[in-house]
Parts: sequence; structure tokens; C-alpha cells
Amino acid sequence: MNSTPTVLTTNAIDQSEVFRVDVTGPRSAAAQGQKPITTARPTVAKQATGEVTHPVKIRTKNVDFFYGDNQVLFDVSLDIPEKSVTAFIGPSGCGKSTFLRMLNRMNDIIDGTRHTGDVLLEGSDVYDSSVDVVLLRKRVGMVFQKSTPFPKSIFDNIAYGPKVAGLRNKAKLNEIVETSLKRAALWDEVKDRLNSSAMALSGGQQQRLCIARTLATDPDVILMDEPASALDPASTARVEDLIFELKKNYTIVIVTHNMQQAARVSQRTAFFFQGVLVETGDTRALFTNPTEKQTEDYITGRFG
Amino acid sequence: MSTASTSSSDATLSKATSSLHRSASLVRLKEWGIRSLLFLCAAVSILTTLGIVAVLFSNAIYDVSPRQVGPNGEVRTNEAFFQQVSLTEFVFETRWTPGYTEKHFGIMPLVCGTLMISGIAALIGLPIGLCSAIYLSEYAVPRTRALIKPVLEILAGIPTVVYGYFALVFVTPYILKPLFQDLLGFNVGVFNAASAGIVVGIMIIPMISSLSEDVLRSVPRSLREAAYALGSTKFDVSTRVVVPAALSGIIASFLLAISRAVGETMAVTIAAGQTAIVTADPLRSVATMTSYIVNVSKGDAVIGSIEEKSIYAVGLTLFLMTLVMNIISQFVLRRFREVYN
Amino acid sequence: MSDQQIEYAAILKRRHRISTCFEWVCRIATGSALLFLAVLLAGVIWQAWGWLDTQFLTGFDSRRPGKAGLLAGLWGTSWLIFFTAIFTVPMGVGAAVYLEEYATDNRFTRLIKLNLSNLAGVPSIVYGMLGVTAFVRMFGMISAADGWTLAVSLGIGTLEIPLPLGRCLLAGSFTLSLLILPVVIIASQEALRAVPPSIRHASYALGATEWQTIRHQVLPAAVPGIATGIILALSRAMGETAPLIVVGAMSYVAFAPGNLDTPMAAVQDPQRVLDAPFDVFTSITIQITNWIEQPKEEFQNLAAAGSLVLLILLVIFNATAIVIRNRAQKKISW
Repeated sequence: MNSTPTVLTTNAIDQSEVFRVDVTGPRSAAAQGQKPITTARPTVAKQATGEVTHPVKIRTKNVDFFYGDNQVLFDVSLDIPEKSVTAFIGPSGCGKSTFLRMLNRMNDIIDGTRHTGDVLLEGSDVYDSSVDVVLLRKRVGMVFQKSTPFPKSIFDNIAYGPKVAGLRNKAKLNEIVETSLKRAALWDEVKDRLNSSAMALSGGQQQRLCIARTLATDPDVILMDEPASALDPASTARVEDLIFELKKNYTIVIVTHNMQQAARVSQRTAFFFQGVLVETGDTRALFTNPTEKQTEDYITGRFG
Repeated sequence: MSTASTSSSDATLSKATSSLHRSASLVRLKEWGIRSLLFLCAAVSILTTLGIVAVLFSNAIYDVSPRQVGPNGEVRTNEAFFQQVSLTEFVFETRWTPGYTEKHFGIMPLVCGTLMISGIAALIGLPIGLCSAIYLSEYAVPRTRALIKPVLEILAGIPTVVYGYFALVFVTPYILKPLFQDLLGFNVGVFNAASAGIVVGIMIIPMISSLSEDVLRSVPRSLREAAYALGSTKFDVSTRVVVPAALSGIIASFLLAISRAVGETMAVTIAAGQTAIVTADPLRSVATMTSYIVNVSKGDAVIGSIEEKSIYAVGLTLFLMTLVMNIISQFVLRRFREVYN
Repeated sequence: MSDQQIEYAAILKRRHRISTCFEWVCRIATGSALLFLAVLLAGVIWQAWGWLDTQFLTGFDSRRPGKAGLLAGLWGTSWLIFFTAIFTVPMGVGAAVYLEEYATDNRFTRLIKLNLSNLAGVPSIVYGMLGVTAFVRMFGMISAADGWTLAVSLGIGTLEIPLPLGRCLLAGSFTLSLLILPVVIIASQEALRAVPPSIRHASYALGATEWQTIRHQVLPAAVPGIATGIILALSRAMGETAPLIVVGAMSYVAFAPGNLDTPMAAVQDPQRVLDAPFDVFTSITIQITNWIEQPKEEFQNLAAAGSLVLLILLVIFNATAIVIRNRAQKKISW
């Protein structure tokens, strides 16, 4: 791993720290003369979520990312609050998916990639050499753009995570499968055919199955990479409702192309452009009153 | 286009068109000739199959050629194998002694010998082949893979007679004898099924590993990523997601490899000897279908005799066994590719 | 940490151990395959050591191991491969061109394609049985007892073709040709498929006919791939033993086909060249088999030396194929 060891890795963030944003992408920083972009953000956050405090769940500091010699992320620093939905928006190729995949180290699988900077989950560096990637990914689950059911039965798909984790108790597995499917709002549709192939489900059902499968591993954070982009409007609406439900118990980060979707489901939004985190803030504020010219151009549809 | 264009200004054009037409038909004739010739080339493969079927059929099941009268006026019997031996005897008799005075024609000993050697080969070749396929597809970095694959191909390219030599001169005296005879007290024959099975197993490793690697690699990366995202170790991903997803393709590669082992001839003939018996002892000499055909061909069986005809009955059995396995595996492979491509 | 988390962590440790073990199992499996290869090669070289000399390469077979040589097999194999190549190359490439460039996707084409993949899996010994009936005995249409000879007078000598062919070299070559034909066709098809359609379209746009396009554009572009496939198929033919035994190769022959034992003899006495295809024959592989079966210990060394010669020839063939492939990859990049 190419993580730069820093003192920060052991410097746990105070869990009660009130969520606060200090985003300084290099370009905006230069433009703004290091002036903090957002002010009074905690109150906005408070209004949006109706809760008093939002501890930071994931914090990234000065993250750069490279595919070979090709740098795709530039100095991204971002805080993601717990038990809320954070959306990453931006035109395709802007690095938002790459950034998302850094949060549970999915990029490790790809040869020839490296990064600098830190990704802290509850204050500890996920790229630290002592971190067990398997454990990390159990805690930070991921749902992909294309639904990826395993060519097994519905039951075996959901039970996969607990089973590989060593759970053998049949009753316990049944219970997990049922609760996961219920949470993913799929139970009523499939409860009578748990042993039929997951490949036979519709696209929307498959995606909810993948969400249920992730829930079954009991994660804290769920990363979603354009989870609804391949779905029809009705299925999309169901997935969005589900996301809205899930945020009560999970920290959710969602990458989306669809700005309306971001506006509908998320409390906070981060706008990426050409590998740079341009702006982040309360979703409503960002969409109604963006600070940056690029953000405004994007959300008003002038490019992208 | 060539029909009457009366206007004088079109005269030249019309002429040009007609001359174009004439030469075109000449060209077309040549094109047609070449096309037919090439078609005949392609048809040779069909003729080959028909030839194989005809040869096996006419010598084993029913002879279609007219009865011949020899130089001294005697009628030469040209009856096919199954016109002289009943199918019941062929399938259920347990002795195979076409060369003896008391002749028995039960295919069982030869099939048993073939299955025993193929079984031993499968026992060695399948796990090693599959594991190396998993290594190449899931673990090895591209450079290592590029290095190992051609080396494994060499193993596939070594002539089978060399494998037979290796079995007889190295495997039996240096591996089987010390292990089973000196250490465990079994009697190891100079010719034995085990040594043949071992080298045939080695022979089919590259086949399994390269075919299985192909199917493993065609399992979409998204499935692997999904499994990793659920907190899987590499072992979980390989054995619980990738291999099950590729299972039909892997089974197809197994079938192809076993079919190859069943049809393997020289290594078996050299190393396993030619004792046609039904036995469960792999340290004894056994005869297989292929080695029987070789041994009759090498000997001086009279053409037209029942002994000579018997190799066609054996050949037919061998042909059908391998054909069924090949067809099944191709069917399975095609189904597999339809799912993932 | 909750009990559950502690338990998970404990199991996780074991899972990592299993994963590492599994990786090593796979590594060892791959390594053992490579080890087999190394041991096999080392064994053959060790047994052949000291036996592979000029006497071995220039002498004919003998009952005395010290005097036995591989010359008859070398000549036999060379002739076999030569004729096999002559038959297979035009027929294999022609069939591939038909299937890839001309054939429409109809029932017959599908039948041919299905048939090809099945033929490739037919055991080689079955081809031997086809060969002995179709070529050696010519389906018994002419009985061997009252067989006759077709004599064709050529300027340099007389071509005497026995009918039926009998256990001659040409019958062996025919058999090997049928054996490798499916392999050659499949490899050539792949090479033709790799030629981008844009080349064909460009040629058609210039007014070329189908055949002109194939002859001048498609085939030249596919030559490296086809050549690689042919060489690999021929090297397979070179290693074959079983079909030759069934066809009737001689296990003990002390002369080369047509008595042509030096290249010079071909010039001095062209008749020998014309005789060779219809003469009895042996091959390297048949000689090895014969030596393996001899009871005297020294013959095993001869078998090893013969195997080594065969392996060296195969390495040369394969290296040529690799060189052709690499050159083509460097020269042409679509």
C-alpha cells in the first residue's frame, strides 16, 4: 500500500465533534485565497436532518489517486457525516466513483493504482498496514451500478456474507436473510421463492437484492455507485425510498449522475469536476445557492 | 441497365455496359470455380467423419461389400464383428481372448482398463489442472502468467511416446516401486496401470488448466468486486463465487480432458502392458481399448479374421465414448459462453 | 467491542490462514506441473547422455545397441511431414477460407463447424483405423492379392503407384493429414477472422472480386497466423505414433524410404525420390517405441536419445512458430 504514514493515523477524531466542513480543493482554494468556503454549515446540516449532531464517519485528507501515471484525483479532503446520505455528483470521468471506491479500498484490486493522503474511518486510517481489508469491507459495504447477483439462489446470495464470515447456524442465517430482505423492501416479493435463482429477478429487484446482500453483512457504511442508473423510473423510486429509510441506521454515500436524485435523497452533496472536489455542502443550499461558478454551471445544465 | 437505350448519346455507355457484362460473367465463372474448389476442401472434413463412421460400421456392425471369391474358388467370409459375435456377449462377457483358441469377446476388461487409467489420470490431472487454472486466473500477475502459460503448453506438446517412456523408465522403478513395493509391500508389476495413469494425468494438466483458466477469466470482474465488497477473502471469492459461476465451463474442460485420457494410446500401451483382465489393482498390468488396437495392429492377425475385425468393434466403442463426452462438453461450453458473453 | 465482533475477528484470522493456504495449494499445483516437465526433460537428457552422437544420427537401426541409429526414422519422419504439409496446407487453408469468407450461416455450414470440433476430439488411433482401411487397403475394392501397379513415366524416372497403396509412406501421410486437418482449419479460421473487415471493404470498393480480395488482401494479412497454426499442427503430427502403427509403419527398417539416405542421392538417382512415397517406412516415434520394447537395457538409452532428438525438432518447430507470431505482431498492428 502506498499510504503515507502520518501521525493522523493514530489521532482519533473526537466522536462528538460537530460536523463541520473545511473543503479546500486546490483550485477553489487559490481562487478564494484560502478563505473557508462555507460558513454556518452546522446549522444548515441541522435543519436538513433534524438532528442535533452529526459525528464525522469518514474523513479524507489530501487524497490524490493515480491509475499508472494518470492522476485522477487531486487533493480531495472531505468529511462524511454519520447516519445521513451524502451524494457525489459531477460529470462522468470526474473521479467521483474512484473516490467512492477508495473508501473501502476496492481500488486495491486494480493493478497499477496508487494514492497519497489519508482516508479515516472513525478516525483510523483505512490504508494503514494493520488494517484488515476484509474487515474494512464488511464494515463499509458497496452496491454497484450494474446489479451483480451471484448465480445462486436468492437465499444463498443474501447468506453469502454471513456464511463466509463463518456463520453456520441455519436458524440465524434464516433470520438474517429475512431481516435483510425486509429492510431492503424485497421480502414480500421473494419470500415464497428464496431458493430460486437470483438471476431470474427483475433489474430493480436484483439491485434491491444486492442492497439486502450488503445489509446482511451488517455494515456501518454503505457505498452506492450509481445504484439506480440502470433501472426504470418505478424501480428507481423504490431504491430511492429504500435509501431514505436506510439512512436512519447507516451512513450512506451515493454516487449519482442524476442531480434530481441527489436532491431527493441526500442531505449533503459533494460536486466533483475533473478529479477535484469543487464544492461540498448541504444539499439544498448547494443546489439553490452554489458558491462556485463550476457548480452552478453544472447544476444549471450548462455542461456535463 | 442493359435493356434497350435507344438514344444515340447512350450508345457508348450501352456498349461499355455490355462489355462490362461479358467480362463479369467470365470473372463470375472463375469465382464460381474457386468457390466450389474451396467448398470441396471444407467438405473433406465431412468426408473424414463419414469415412470414420463407414469404416467402423462396415467392419464392426454390418459388412456391406459383396462376398468375394478367392483365387481357388473359395468364398471369403467378410462378415463384420457383430455379425459373428452377439452384442450380449460383447457387453456382458468378462473375458477378452480373441487371440486364443477359446475365444471370448467381452469388452469389459478393456473398458475397465481404460476407465482405471483414466480414473487415475483424472485423480492427478483434474485437481492440479484446476488449481493451476485458479492460480493463473486469480493470483498470478500478468507477467507471471505470460511466463507460465507457454511452459505449460510445452507439457501438452510432448509426444505421448515420450510420456510412455517416462512412465516405464522413471515412474515405475523410481516412484511406484520404492513407495508401494519396498515401503508398503505391494507387488508392483513392470507394466502397471498406475504409472500409465500418472503420466496421462500429467499430460492432461495443461489442457484443463488452459481451458479452465479461460472460463474462470470470463467470469465478469463485477462478480468478484461484489464478493470483495461483502468482506470476502481471496479464497472466498475464488471458491464460493468465481469457481461456482464457472462450474459448467470447468466441467466441460474436465470432460474434454477425460475424453483425451480415454483416447490416449502410446503412453498406455507402453506403460500398462497388455493383460486384458478385470481388476481393481492399479499396480497390475491392464489392457485398454487403445492398447488392444495397437497390439493387434502390430501383430500378424490375418486380415478378415475375427481377431482383426475385433479392433473395429473396440474402435467403435472408443469412438462413441469420446464422441459423447466431446459433444456434452461442447454443449456445456456453449451454454456457458452464452451466459457470460 | 461486542462479543460478536470479537468472534468475527477470531474467525477472520482463521479465514485469512485458509486463504493463504489455498493460495499456496494453487501455487504448488502450478509448480508441480512445471516440476513434472523439468523432471521429464532431465530424465530424458540423463538417459540419453553419451548416446546422442553422429553414429546415432547417421546410422540405421541395428540389433546391437551400440550400432543402432535413427537415420531411417529421421528420413521417414521428414518425408511424412513433407507430404502431410503438402496435403494439409492447401486443403486446410482452402476450407478455412470457404468457411470464413464464403459460407453463409446455413445448416450445412453449421454442420461443418460442429463436425470440425468433434473431429478434433477423435482419438488419433481411430484415424489410424480409417487410414488402414481407406488408404492401405482402399476399402478392399482392389484386393491386395491381385493388386496392380500404375506406372507413370516422368522425365527423370517412373512413378510406380501400387494399388491398393499398401503399407506405404504416402498412406501414412494421408492419415496424418486427415488427423491434423481440423486443427489447421480451426487455426486458419481464427487467423482469417482476425483480419479486420475494413481491409475487405477497401478492396471491394476498388472493384476487386471476392477471390481477388481474398488472394491479395486477406490471405497475406492472415499468413502469420495461418503459418503458426500449421507449424503447430505439423509438430503434433510429428509426435504421433499410434495411427502410424495401425497404418502399418515398420518397427524395424534398416533403410530410408526409396533407399534415399543422403540428400545427394536424390540428385544422382532421381528414381529414388519417386520410389520413396510408395516404400515401406518407419518414423522417429516408431523407432523409439520399438527400442522401448527391447529387453536389453541399452536400448532404453537409445529410446531416450531418440526422444531427445524428437523434442529438439519440436522445439525448433515451436520456436519458428513463436518467431513468426512475434514478427507479425510487431509488423502489423491494426
